[in-house]
Amino acid sequence: MPSDRCDHCDKAAVVHELLIKNGGTIEIHLCEEHAAAQGYVLPTHPPVHQLLTKLAMGGSGAGASTPTAKPGAKAKTRTCPNCHRTIVQIKESGLLGCQQCYVTFEESLQSLIERSQAGANFHLGRSPRGHRDAQARHELRSKLVRELDEAVTAEQYERAAKLRDRIHELSADDE
Amino acid sequence: MRLNDTSVWQDGSGPDSDVVVSSRVRLARNLAGVPFVNAASAAQRHEVIRMVQHARWPGEVAPNLVWVNLQQATPLDRTLLVERHLISKQFADGDLPRSVAITHDESLSVMVNEEDHLRMQVLKSGMRLSECFERVETLDVSLERSLDFAFLPRWGYLTACPTNVGCGIRFSVMLHLPGLKLTNELEKVRRAAKDMHLAVRGFYGEGSEAIGDFFQVSNQITLGRSESDLFDHFANCIVPNLVEYERTARAVLINQSRMMVDDRVHRALATLRAARLLSADEAMKLLSRVRLGVCLGRLSDVDLATVHRLFLQTQPAHLKVLTSPDEPDPELRETRATLVRRSLS
Repeated sequence: MPSDRCDHCDKAAVVHELLIKNGGTIEIHLCEEHAAAQGYVLPTHPPVHQLLTKLAMGGSGAGASTPTAKPGAKAKTRTCPNCHRTIVQIKESGLLGCQQCYVTFEESLQSLIERSQAGANFHLGRSPRGHRDAQARHELRSKLVRELDEAVTAEQYERAAKLRDRIHELSADDE
Repeated sequence: MRLNDTSVWQDGSGPDSDVVVSSRVRLARNLAGVPFVNAASAAQRHEVIRMVQHARWPGEVAPNLVWVNLQQATPLDRTLLVERHLISKQFADGDLPRSVAITHDESLSVMVNEEDHLRMQVLKSGMRLSECFERVETLDVSLERSLDFAFLPRWGYLTACPTNVGCGIRFSVMLHLPGLKLTNELEKVRRAAKDMHLAVRGFYGEGSEAIGDFFQVSNQITLGRSESDLFDHFANCIVPNLVEYERTARAVLINQSRMMVDDRVHRALATLRAARLLSADEAMKLLSRVRLGVCLGRLSDVDLATVHRLFLQTQPAHLKVLTSPDEPDPELRETRATLVRRSLS
């Protein structure tokens, strides 16, 4: 089984080579840094179809840190319950079939997205209104819970009761 | 189809228009609960068009919208829209239900059922990314009141291609870089762009060749940063640096090879004024040289708006519409040369 780690350090290996020398074999596993130092040229941003090909064949793509299934294993045949796309079909088209695909294939997609997005793996931009409202309610509830703690500690029971009512209202909005 | 002589985004106006021909901001959105376009049935695609057409469109941001049904549009009309950068080539070539909404001044267009359910873009002449950004965001927020967009807190706005996920936003500028080409600096720019996660494409975007030293530069990162951060980096750091780099190259050319530059731009203008047959590629190449001459003040009797109008009108579909749309195969090279001669004489 090939090593996931670089021969020279503890980083994830992105280059795996099997050399045949004097009738024997030598395995080489190198991280990006040591691969570059030894003259290997690594593509910085392989086209999306190449990444998807690796993904569909059970590899996780160079530099990925998430273990993925072996060739022929579940990942290859898993089907999106909503649009019935398989990862092989996604590889062929380079496109996901529906929003559920992001959930179904999340583990496999993560490394692809991280590579195409310079390592980013979390959205930090705007959210649709509904999500914004939910997030705002969540933040407000956290703030009110902290204030409730302070009010109880300070024995301000009338204020604590009002805060508790407001927290219940916010929770009801979420249901 | 009735179109203006020149798209408003191509009139040569706007800041930094010596280098930045146009600015564009595009948003990709999908409707929640509907399969992405590539997995949707014809009926679902029709339903997407219906839902988008019945959404609450903000009149102040998208006034006088015209809807073009691509299935019913003639091949000539589709090519016209590609040449005017209002739709992508991929969108023009498809045969399934799809539509595009275009404002009268052509500064805003929304493709429905391209790779994603909605591809909204705002185009402006010159370096006006800020205006484009503001307008497309306003449109997005307005549409969001009546359309439910596919979104996950982890990945942001969900797109059919997983590499567009997150903000689903693409900032791009069309740059004219003849100075960097002539000083052999373009390769350095391409390498730097790659390191900065930028895409460098040709005149018609994805998959197209660089014609006449025009390059479309856009961001590839759409995740892990807010829209305003992405805008700030691209509009206030990347583009000004590229503009400055091109201007420096032009200054070097004028200081060190003034006669070569003068010969090149005057020879191009003379050919355009005298040629009897002109291919589309040759016209673009020569007009690009004339554009450089105008921007450097080496040609005084031609203006930028005329050059830009010719860039558009000498494209094959425009030429057919301007001359003889009903003739099966008019001699476009002759027609093109006549049009250019008359415009520049």
